[in-house]
This record gives sequence, C-alpha cells and structure tokens, in this order.
Amino acid sequence: MARKLLLEHINVPGINTLDVYRQKGGYRAVEKALKTLTPDEVVEEVKKSGLRGRGGAGFPTGMKWSFLAKPEGVARYLVCNADESEPGTFKDRYLMTYIPHALIEGMIVASYALGAKTSYIYVRGEMMPQIRILERAIAEAKAAGFLGKNILGTGYDLELYVQPGGGAYICGEETALLESLEGKRGNPRIKPPFPAIAGLYGCPTVVNNVESIAAVVPIINDGGDEYTKIGIGRSTGTKLISASGNLVKPGVYEIELGLPVEEFIYSDEYCGGIANGKRLKATVAGGSSVPVLPANLTLKLANGEPRLMSYESLSEGGFATGTMMGSGGFIAFDEDQCIVRNTWNFSRFYHHESCGQCSPCREGTGWMEKVLHRIEHGHGKMSDIDLLVDVSRKIEGNTICPLGDAAAWPVASAIRHFRDEFEWHVREPLKSQETNYGIAKYAEPIAKAEVTTDN
Amino acid sequence: MSEKVKVTIDGITVEVEPGTTILNAARQIGGDIVPPAMCYYSKLEGSGGKCRTCIVKVSKGSEKDPRPMPKLVASCRTTVMDGMEVQNITSPEVMEARAGVVEILLINHPLDCPVCDQAGECDLQNLGYEHGLQKTRYEFERRTFERIDIGDKIQLHMNRCILCYRCVFTADQITNKRVHGILNRGDHSEISTYIQTAVDNDFSGNVIDVCPVGALTDKTFRFKNRVWFTKPVDAHRDCPTCSGKVTLWYKGADVLRVTARKDIYGEVEEFICNTCRFEKKKTDDWVLEHPTHISDASVISSNHYETMIPLPVIQENLRLQEANKVELEKTAKF
Ligand SMILES: Cc1cc2nc3c(=O)[nH]c(=O)nc-3n(C[C@H](O)[C@H](O)[C@H](O)COP(=O)(O)O)c2cc1C
Ligand code: SF4
Ligand code: SF4
Ligand code: FES
Repeated sequence: MARKLLLEHINVPGINTLDVYRQKGGYRAVEKALKTLTPDEVVEEVKKSGLRGRGGAGFPTGMKWSFLAKPEGVARYLVCNADESEPGTFKDRYLMTYIPHALIEGMIVASYALGAKTSYIYVRGEMMPQIRILERAIAEAKAAGFLGKNILGTGYDLELYVQPGGGAYICGEETALLESLEGKRGNPRIKPPFPAIAGLYGCPTVVNNVESIAAVVPIINDGGDEYTKIGIGRSTGTKLISASGNLVKPGVYEIELGLPVEEFIYSDEYCGGIANGKRLKATVAGGSSVPVLPANLTLKLANGEPRLMSYESLSEGGFATGTMMGSGGFIAFDEDQCIVRNTWNFSRFYHHESCGQCSPCREGTGWMEKVLHRIEHGHGKMSDIDLLVDVSRKIEGNTICPLGDAAAWPVASAIRHFRDEFEWHVREPLKSQETNYGIAKYAEPIAKAEVTTDN
Repeated sequence: MSEKVKVTIDGITVEVEPGTTILNAARQIGGDIVPPAMCYYSKLEGSGGKCRTCIVKVSKGSEKDPRPMPKLVASCRTTVMDGMEVQNITSPEVMEARAGVVEILLINHPLDCPVCDQAGECDLQNLGYEHGLQKTRYEFERRTFERIDIGDKIQLHMNRCILCYRCVFTADQITNKRVHGILNRGDHSEISTYIQTAVDNDFSGNVIDVCPVGALTDKTFRFKNRVWFTKPVDAHRDCPTCSGKVTLWYKGADVLRVTARKDIYGEVEEFICNTCRFEKKKTDDWVLEHPTHISDASVISSNHYETMIPLPVIQENLRLQEANKVELEKTAKF
C-alpha cells in the first residue's frame, strides 16, 4: 500500500470531529509550529518539502510564501481557494467534507508562517454542506483554543472565516477570487501587481488551494525532508486525484506522485480498470482545462516509456504528445464515448463561465462552442475544423487570465489527436448522430505517424 | 524624478519616465506606430487590458534581461523597461494577431453603421477598415439586446457595445454615484443600470464621449445628421460646474450637438457637465474660438467614405522607413 498523508484516517468514524481528529494525532502541527518554530522556519520547511501548488499551476508553495511582501504595519492575508469548479475535479470537496480539520489545521500553520491575523476560506457557493461543516469545525477549533486570541498561550492571534462564493468558475482564479471576496464582481485583475504585493484590500496576500494547505500539516509533523522521500524528482509527496468517467471504481484517491498512469487506471488499489469490460479510448488527466490524450499517449510517452502521474511526466512531450497535472481531475473515456461531443461539452462550459472582460475569450469561447455544436449535430463543414484551431489560437495567450488558455487547449488538443473523428462527423452527418466513431486506432501502440507536431 | 528609461518602438527610440506604459511611450513618439486603443483611456484609472487591440511584441525585454517576452502583450498595461525593444506595425505577427482581435470584436457587432450615430467617429469602424477581413467567418446569429433609454438624454444600444468598461470607470470616477455597471457574464454581459434607473447626475453625459463605439449615444442628437456633414467648432462658456470648454457641432447655423474636446487619440481633454452638453445649444450660449482641428485620416475631414484611405503604412512614412531601413532591406531581398 502506498503511503497516505492526507487521507490516512479518512475511514475512522467521527474523524470529522475535533476529538477523534486529535486522537489520531491532529493539531500536532499547530503545537509544533507555534511553540517550537519561527514563522520563517515553517516557510523553510515547506520550501524544503518541494510541495507544489495543488490548485492547477503547480507553483512551489514555499517559494510563493517567501515572495510575500512584508511592509511594516500592513496586514497580510492567507486566502484558501476552495472554489473547486473545474469539470472533473472534486478532491477538495472530499477533503473538506470528511476531514475538515485537516484544512483548518493547515490554515492555522500557514497563517502563522505568513504572519496573517485574519484568514479566509473562499468556498464555492454550491457547496453549502461543506460550508456548514467548515464552520462547525472552526467553532470546535476555536473552543479548543486553536483559533482566536493568544492561541495555545503563544501570543499568536488568528481569526478564520468561511466565505461562500456565488458559484462562478472564474472566481477560482485567484485575483477574481480576491475581487469577489472584497464584495465586487469577480473579474480577474490585470497582473502585475501580483497578490503577494497587493492582494486582498490591496494588502500582501497568499492564495493557496485546499490541498496545498492541508499538505502543510504532514510537512510540519514529519519535516520537509521526509516529504521529499515520497514522489519522484520535482514532484514530491502525495496528490489527491479525483477519478471519474468510465472506471470500475471512480472516486478520490491519494497517490504517491510517480505512480504509473497504467497502474492508476487498472490496478485494484485504484480505479480497477475500465467499467463494463470496455477499452480505454482517451483521458483528460488533470481536469477539463488540460489537453485530452488518446489512450496510447496516456499510458506511454512518445518514446514508448510508461507515463507516470507526476508533473513532469504528464507534461512530457509538450502540447504535441503531452498533457498536464492540472488540478488532478482524472477523466477516463471508454470506446463508446464521443470526443467531439465531449469537446463541445467542455467548450460550452468555458463559454458559460468566461467573465467577458477580454474580447478574445468573451467572443472566442462562444464562437468555438457554436462551431462545435454544429459539428456534433451533423451540420459541420470540413473548414470548421481548421476554423476551430484558428479561433483557439486567437484566444490562447492573448487574455487577462488563464481561462482563455483553458478554453483553447481542450479544443486544440482534441483536434490535434482526434482529427479523424471530427472529419468523420462532417463526412457522416447522419451516421454520426446514431453511432459512435469508436476506438479507432487511439489505443494502438504508438506508431511514429501518431506524433504530429503541426498544430 | 528618477532617471529616464530608453525604449525603442518599431526602431524609433524615445526616453520616458519609469513606469510609463509602452502605449504611452508610443504616443510620445506619435504617428503610425501608436497602437490602437479601444479600452484604455488615460484619464480613467484602471482602464485598459481588455480589448487587446493594442497588443505588441516585446522583442527585447530590457537591457538587463534581453529575453523577448513569450507572448504578445497589451501595450496599454505593460510598463517599459530600460533598453526594451518593441515591435508594433513592423511585426507581421502583431498585425495578424490584431486583425484577429478585430475579427473577434466584430463577430457579434451588428454592423449597422449606416444607421449608427457614431459612424464616422467610431474607433471600431476605423479599425475594421484597417484590419478587417472582407467577409466574416462567423455564421451564427449575432447576439441582440433591446435598446434602452437610460434617462431622457442617453440611449444605450447594447448590441454595439464592446465591453470596454470605459463608461463604467467614467461613472465610477467622475460622478458621485455610479448607477450602472456590467450585468451577467461572458458574451451575454451587458451594460445596464440597476433596474433601469435613469443615469442622472451632472456629469453622466460623459459616458457618451468615452464610448468608443455607438453603444452610448446622445439622444438629443439622435438621427439629426451624420457627423461628417457637421462642422466642429471649439467654443467655451463660463460654466459654474465644469471647465466649459467644448466642441460645438454645427449644421448650417444650428448647433446639433455639444461634446467635450477630444485629442488625437479620441480621448476627451476635459470632462464636461450635462448642462453644457445637453442644454446649451444656441450659438449665443458660447464664445466661439476656432474650427476644431480634425485629423486628416478621419472621415469627418473628408466628408466621404470613399476618401477614407487606410492609415499610411511604413512604406509611405519616411521616418519609419529610415528607422527600419535594415529590416526593410532584408524583407525586400527575400
Ligand atoms: C479560471 C480558473 C479557475 C481556477 N479555479 C481554481 C479552483 O477552483 N481552485 C484552486 O485551488 N485554484 C484554482 N485556480 C488556480 C488559482 O488561480 C491559483 O493558481 C491557485 O489557487 C493557487 O493555489 P496553489 O498554489 O496552492 O495551487 C483557477 C485558475 C483559473 C485561471
Ligand atoms: S480570459 Fe476570459 S475569464 Fe479571464 S479575464 Fe479574460 S474574459 Fe475573463
Ligand atoms: S457602452 Fe460604450 S463605453 Fe460602455 S462598455 Fe460598452 S462600448 Fe464601452
Ligand atoms: S487598449 Fe490595451 S487592451 Fe484595450
């Protein structure tokens, strides 16, 4: 069995309560950090651990913390990003639902490290049960002296608040989140300045994902060096993966980074293979924003070596043959799934969620959705396929926030790897309404011809 | 002030204060190399970054870190570094990307210029002429909104809006109480007032002047005439509320419209009050100064669409030719 750092006690009855959580060693990290370490030492430990942000971008957390500006007499904030709304990603919700104190404990340690006296957990508006769970956990922690004034007699004060969002995907983008937290329309800000310099209410702010913050607890308990022993290369530690789609056992798994993708999909310890005895056609490895890959490139790199669940291995091959770790939303598609339909579905999401500030994203996402809708419903033209690639290029890299890229990549990658299927939809407008294109050659061992780099 | 920084745009070098944006540095140079700006407005804090028409290529980051920037950047929101080198109209990549932005801005635009009061002084129309494609590749119904009156003087024609946010910033920054903003999200965003409250305060009329397209128009001028048939004259009056410096738009002996005075980038010099704009439409109200200077490239000076030439490109500009001699020779060779 692989080591579990976050979900070790997830099946212990009552682990959502403070008492049971403490019996299982909970809040040791708070005691250790506040009583024996300086804030800088906590930051140092997190730096040593090599922990990378679990919210999508994978930026080293310790480094992000050390960039926080510390002007005299200005408040600093820690904001936890619990807006989780990416299609395919549901790991944060799982953690908050079943083991909320892991997040609260991480928030206290991280706030101490950053010198924040007020911290926020910004939760996606739809997650009302989780909001209540977190509020109850905060009340318990406060009653036990882990929050509020003079925590554990150390003189450190911290107030922790839960803020429900309005349920917009864009409010997961960190600067849109800050706007929303300030009570404004959730439009991403133009950077610079970055939140580390001017974030919430213009004060230096760190925004971190739920899982990044929870991971600080084992790092402080066991030390950063211990954390690096798990994982592979620059992908240290464990990672929560929310697996969905046509799998025997979909769900949230904690994996050691570096696990072969094949083992993750097919072993009984994890997803248990493809459901109903079907074959794997394609995967989206890190949430809807990352490039989709055919089965063969999911399991193996272009050079034939096994692909691993790590930041580096997943992105190996760049856009031509790779994808990304993203937020860990792993979606598997079996041979009966239609890539065109799925691409349209994703692009419908981005069209709906674009904030509309910058023209390429506002207009381009809608345009792509309409063209994809047309192809999927048998009214497409051959030229539509190149038009989609062209529109996606106009958006990519030319927007205020990365939502534009996130909308462009799934479309561009689907056409890159599944062009045959798109063309079939155009050529067979009637047939494509009744049957699926099927698995074609997408699961065949990689032939040299598969690796095209032209778009 | 700290030392000036040097930046080179399309081969022309200029020294500017640190913290200046690429766009403003380009405006200091002036001429054809100034990127078009549809959302940035120098008088409005926080504006810019949205429309993406002002994108440029930074081919050298700075003296210290000469690496080029990986993507095209919005020149209105990117500050210059010492030794930075920027390409605007000398970069085919930029021109292509800008044409892409223009195409995107036009896909949902009604293209109702023949009945639009902004025609002739519309930034989007000008951009479309310069960069537009002959034919749109967008084959879907364009989004439509109902026209709404916001108060008795201003009409909002949301179909034409490019969501530049200028009017929102204007109302936020120069009127006491902003009553309009953006509702909804993405391509169904719309400028609106809260339950159609009338926009009503002394300076609200300025949203008409900052609007780069015909989305916010002056109802008192609506359909009276085409701007290129009117004659602009600068005038002033002693106004207790604003500077009283305006442009009067004459047709024959009648003042059809009053606007703030605009600079060569289409920005108002000073915001004016609603009394000057909407109530003072007689020559007697004003002290006339002189005919307003209008750029040669504008249809207003040419009076006809036909003479509206595309803005001169490098080949017709001696200064640019000189600055880019090497590059041009290179291109000529291939
Ligand atoms: C459109 C968009 C949506 C995002 N949604 C989330 C989200 O729901 N949760 C999250 O943690 N990060 C999200 N991010 C990433 C955040 O901007 C930010 O990088 C992250 O919260 C940083 O935390 P980390 O360093 O711990 O990963 C999103 C980014 C974009 C562009
Ligand atoms: S890229 Fe899209 S979501 Fe992001 S700021 Fe621009 S319009 Fe808004
Ligand atoms: S109404 Fe005009 S000024 Fe306001 S956002 Fe739209 S285009 Fe810009
Ligand atoms: S003027 Fe720069 S992005 Fe609009």
